[in-house]
Amino acid sequence: MSAPALLDVRHLRKTFPIRRGFRRTLLGEVRAVDDVSFTIAEGETLGLVGESGCGKTTTSRCILRAMTPTSGEILFRAADGRVVDLAPLSRAELRPLRPQIQMVFQDPFGSLNPRMTIFDNVGEPLWVNGLTNRRARLDRVASLLELTGLRPELMHRFPHAFSGGQRQRIGIARALATEPRLVVADEPVSALDVSVQAQVLNLLLELRNRLHLTFLFVAHDLAVVKHVSDRVAVMYVGQLVELATTEAIFGSPRHPYTAALMRSVPVPDPHAASGDVALAGEVANPAAPPSGCYFHPRCPFTIDACRREPPALREVAPGHMVRCHRAEELTLKGVG
Amino acid sequence: MTAPVLEVKDLRVHFFLDEGVVRAVDGVSFDVGPGQVVGIVGESGCGKSVTVRAILQIVEPPGRIVGGRILFTKDGAAAADLTALDAKGPVMRAIRGAEIALIPQEPMAAFSPVHTVGAQVIEALRLHQRQWRPEGAPLSRREARALTIELFRSVGISMPAERIDAYSWQLSGGLRQRAMIAMALSCKPRLLIADEPTTAIDVTTQAQVLNLLRDLQRRDGTAIVFITHDLGVIAQMAHHVVVMYLGRVMEQGAVADIFDAPKHPYTRALLKSIPSVRAAPRTLLPTIAGSIPHPLGRPRGCPFHPRCPDAIPGICANRVPALRPVGPGQHASCFLYHRDEADEP
Repeated sequence: MSAPALLDVRHLRKTFPIRRGFRRTLLGEVRAVDDVSFTIAEGETLGLVGESGCGKTTTSRCILRAMTPTSGEILFRAADGRVVDLAPLSRAELRPLRPQIQMVFQDPFGSLNPRMTIFDNVGEPLWVNGLTNRRARLDRVASLLELTGLRPELMHRFPHAFSGGQRQRIGIARALATEPRLVVADEPVSALDVSVQAQVLNLLLELRNRLHLTFLFVAHDLAVVKHVSDRVAVMYVGQLVELATTEAIFGSPRHPYTAALMRSVPVPDPHAASGDVALAGEVANPAAPPSGCYFHPRCPFTIDACRREPPALREVAPGHMVRCHRAEELTLKGVG
Repeated sequence: MTAPVLEVKDLRVHFFLDEGVVRAVDGVSFDVGPGQVVGIVGESGCGKSVTVRAILQIVEPPGRIVGGRILFTKDGAAAADLTALDAKGPVMRAIRGAEIALIPQEPMAAFSPVHTVGAQVIEALRLHQRQWRPEGAPLSRREARALTIELFRSVGISMPAERIDAYSWQLSGGLRQRAMIAMALSCKPRLLIADEPTTAIDVTTQAQVLNLLRDLQRRDGTAIVFITHDLGVIAQMAHHVVVMYLGRVMEQGAVADIFDAPKHPYTRALLKSIPSVRAAPRTLLPTIAGSIPHPLGRPRGCPFHPRCPDAIPGICANRVPALRPVGPGQHASCFLYHRDEADEP
């Protein structure tokens, strides 16, 4: 990547203690995010995929500093050109940076305040950040709604009057209100119906191209991720297992988990071959992960080394990172 | 073709709310042949779940079946109209769970958290024991337990003898859904209803569960009504597809016809708008304009006409098209194929 990194996450770790009983005795810890590193260049969209419990949401929450990471650095290039590490900052120190990192939520029904009009919902971040003139705020909200494909004259209505897709547009308008440099979208279309999902995906793509936005796009649906991302990071039990350009990940995956994940997606074509179960077993328990490679109990290509030694994330081709002992020898099938 | 296991004819289920009447299912007809997998696909509010709840007679008030017939054929017997039966009567209770079984969407919510999963399967077995033993002594607890362990093994639950005493919250999502499938199959139903059985679980587990269902279906020849919003799942599972929108059937036909030659503008648009792992990255998707109307604000005429790119002015907005043949075994309710129908009085 030649463009300077807007976000540089280094060795991010987040663990949750498991406590029990009256004394809250520490029994162990869940390694929700386990040494995750990646960068996002300015104007780039990074897709973060994985199954439930893989740590993708925890990662995004740490970046937003809705959570404090256990260790690691989150280097963010602020608007004034400074590079700040978000990880150790206090609430007060984060405050001036908050407008620059915004979030689009999964549930369009839960993420808008039902007692506030659309104008108040979208305008609140503006007001908080010093735009106290109501007339100016009205103009700004109107242009934001227009930008996201909504009629500005509807801004004095309440969220219940809008459908799921429209609410998600409102959520996007609110996220864009402060002109963020980084937008974290956590499963922004998974709660929407198919016919509406495509509209919102297209909107995100258009906004990205028009406003040169930078996205961290968290999703479990590979097809959705493929439609918006420049690069894709795949997580499994708290670790990054593969990171490459969208074309490389889908065309020639190097990690057996990535390949299996892709084959598991049912293809909307009745003539497509079906019947091969891509993966046996269940996702490992992040509180008691297996020895060696976390994926080895489910991996069809396990060798002795996989059981003993945890593989490191390494670069097997320019820009293509894989956490697998056998990345070079395996030929895995992608979906093109 | 032999007589269908289930015939749904012009089913209408309405919900009588204070704000007005929601016509959740408004004239739905389809057949399920023996050993056939019929997929019902549609977006939220299309009435797919209400349709199967009506088949099981578990529509909750203020919902009520207001019209149509649901003919269910038992082995060798004459077809019985389920809508004519008392929902709480002994006949319906003998059918529900035993002849027609349900795999619900959320296995977490479907299992009781204070009873072991084994106990719940054993309860179902003993309740419907006549399925296993038409005459003779009733099924003892010990026999039922042995049968349950066997069932758990057949749905791929490892260590079934231990898992039978587990509570549902101790099992992972995939195992829970397998236990649910074991329970649904415990009484050897003639018809299995799977209501979004894989929506709540992850893709890799979904692939396992779908495979299991496909294998069991081939082995036992059970007829399945499979409900989903995921066209990928439908393509992999169903023989016959019913596409629903706002309580009506838009199109139905063999799975290959629906995917290769969709006739109804809604089916066509829906198929084009799904993101695919095989598509080129970062391309705009064809979309369907607008959004699904509010249940109380159903459009007049064809329910899809306000979003339809091919709507015929003056016709689609005023008249409701009937489901008519558009090809061998394929039906669509659209005036594009039946202009003459629009001119009828």
